[in-house]
Amino acid sequence: MTGLAAHLRLRRDPGFVLDLELTVQPGSTVALLGPNGAGKSTAVAALAGIVAIDAGRITLDGRVLDEPGSGTFVPPEDRRIGVVFQDRFLFPHLSVADNVAFGLRSRGVDRDEARTRAEAWLDRLGLPGLADRPPADLSGGQAQRVALARALVTDPDALLLDEPLAALDVSARADLRRLLAEHLGGFDGPRLLITHDPTEAFLLADEVHVVEEGALTQQGTPDEIRLRPRTPYAADLAGINLVRGTADGAVVVAGDHRLQIADDTHAGPVLATIHPTAVSVHADRPSGSPRNAWRTTVDRVERLGGRVRLLTGSPLPLTVEITASSADELGLVPGAAVWLAVKATEIRVRPDTEG
Amino acid sequence: MLGGVGLLFLALPIAGLLGRVPWSRLGEILASEVVVDALVLSIVSSVWATAIALVLGLPLAWLLARAEFPGKPLVRGLVLLPLVLPPVVAGTALLFALGRRGLLGEPVADATGLVLPFSMGGVVLAATFVAMPFLVITVEGALRSMDPGHEAAARSLGARPWTVLRRVTLPMIAPSIAAGLLLTWARAFGEFGATITFAGNLQGRTQTLPLAVFVALERDRDVAVAISLLMVVVSLGVLVALRDRWLRT
Repeated sequence: MTGLAAHLRLRRDPGFVLDLELTVQPGSTVALLGPNGAGKSTAVAALAGIVAIDAGRITLDGRVLDEPGSGTFVPPEDRRIGVVFQDRFLFPHLSVADNVAFGLRSRGVDRDEARTRAEAWLDRLGLPGLADRPPADLSGGQAQRVALARALVTDPDALLLDEPLAALDVSARADLRRLLAEHLGGFDGPRLLITHDPTEAFLLADEVHVVEEGALTQQGTPDEIRLRPRTPYAADLAGINLVRGTADGAVVVAGDHRLQIADDTHAGPVLATIHPTAVSVHADRPSGSPRNAWRTTVDRVERLGGRVRLLTGSPLPLTVEITASSADELGLVPGAAVWLAVKATEIRVRPDTEG
Repeated sequence: MLGGVGLLFLALPIAGLLGRVPWSRLGEILASEVVVDALVLSIVSSVWATAIALVLGLPLAWLLARAEFPGKPLVRGLVLLPLVLPPVVAGTALLFALGRRGLLGEPVADATGLVLPFSMGGVVLAATFVAMPFLVITVEGALRSMDPGHEAAARSLGARPWTVLRRVTLPMIAPSIAAGLLLTWARAFGEFGATITFAGNLQGRTQTLPLAVFVALERDRDVAVAISLLMVVVSLGVLVALRDRWLRT
């Protein structure tokens, strides 16, 4: 069996349990996407061999790396897994070239050859002329490239990228994302990208695993996650509203609220999605024929350039996006009472089945 | 304001010393055999003590910072003990452990004829005992505050633990090791109580500069002041020169 296959089970105090199964095929990128504290970093530490798992199994190209059941534990230096850390951890006392050559030197490659190969990678990642500088002289984006070169130069069997863009400012992030997209394709082993940023996951990964509170909550292609989120977190990532309810003919019952839908073929548990721009906001009961209209309050108002994002309260908390001019016209401030309306045809419904 | 008072407090005794320096006899006193012997012994023994503290103290600091073992608080207490113990007590303890009739000293002396008290070895040992804690606590602190991520990164790149220690950990804490060495040397250079108790006060063998000052205070105040000035100049010279080179902030 080739690629990376892992079933990670480990307990981290206080009371946090990571229980995660994942496989990454050679030449494909899987993103582990989840909020802070979901256990992503713990997963990286376990795969890299920095911490041992309590139960389960990690294999890479059929080689068992960690299996408490059989007492197998391969130390990090023998795993041949390249890791790019969020904080990079470049060695401050070594030059950029010596940082990149570190892995080769540790594996017994002689000084000159290590230096030549290190410089070739620095050139390839767009960092010529920085070889003799100390890491302290680098910008965040440059440092992250050096960290990537340092991991790739040893030709590892798998690549772990732990939040590679999180420590960068916005413009450097876009640059490096492009660079990653370009160079990940050239690495033919399994690639695991750990991130809390949906853009990063959706743009760079072939498959996304959503992790929440130490467990996998959804897995699929970026499009599947985006269009058919299964948890409020995943829906929030995709920027759409997710309503979990029970369908009964052309009605979805979600808590105290009844949503009229256009499609009456469903029965039982369903997931309904509503795009934030499909909701209209009114000062009074809307006239005309929206099938769904209800009174609520505005909890939060966020301005995003020409658009305004509202979070509304019970009976059906939603994220709503309207233009800044209509928000001004309505005088929307937190606490304002408004009417919301959604056309039945704007509500997408699908059965809530596992998988 | 209080900082100024603090500085004055530290500078005043030096000024008092400078006011009493016998400038006319200074050259003659400093060239005397007693002073030259004591200076050479002080420098050689304090450097030896620092070297031994490094060899023994580094692994100890590593154990305290990284290893988990039962009785660790007690071990840490033992390491710090020489800092709070009056040096004369340290010297007494050394005498009962390593003296001619000591716990370990007697069998060693019987087997090899090696007797530490009243020898330069005794001077080095006494100085090492009181000064080593400075190295241990400085290095332990540096190891604790170092982000383990660098070491994890090195291992993921294929470096064995020993290589990580040599190429990553030690270079990264080098400034703290240097600072620890400096403090250790300074403490060893100025050591008095444990030395006189354990190693005795023999000119040319165990009489270091502080001991020579002590003896001179009773016989010839000018000599005491001259030697004190010498110690101030040597200590200040070393501290100023190395501090700037090693302790970049």
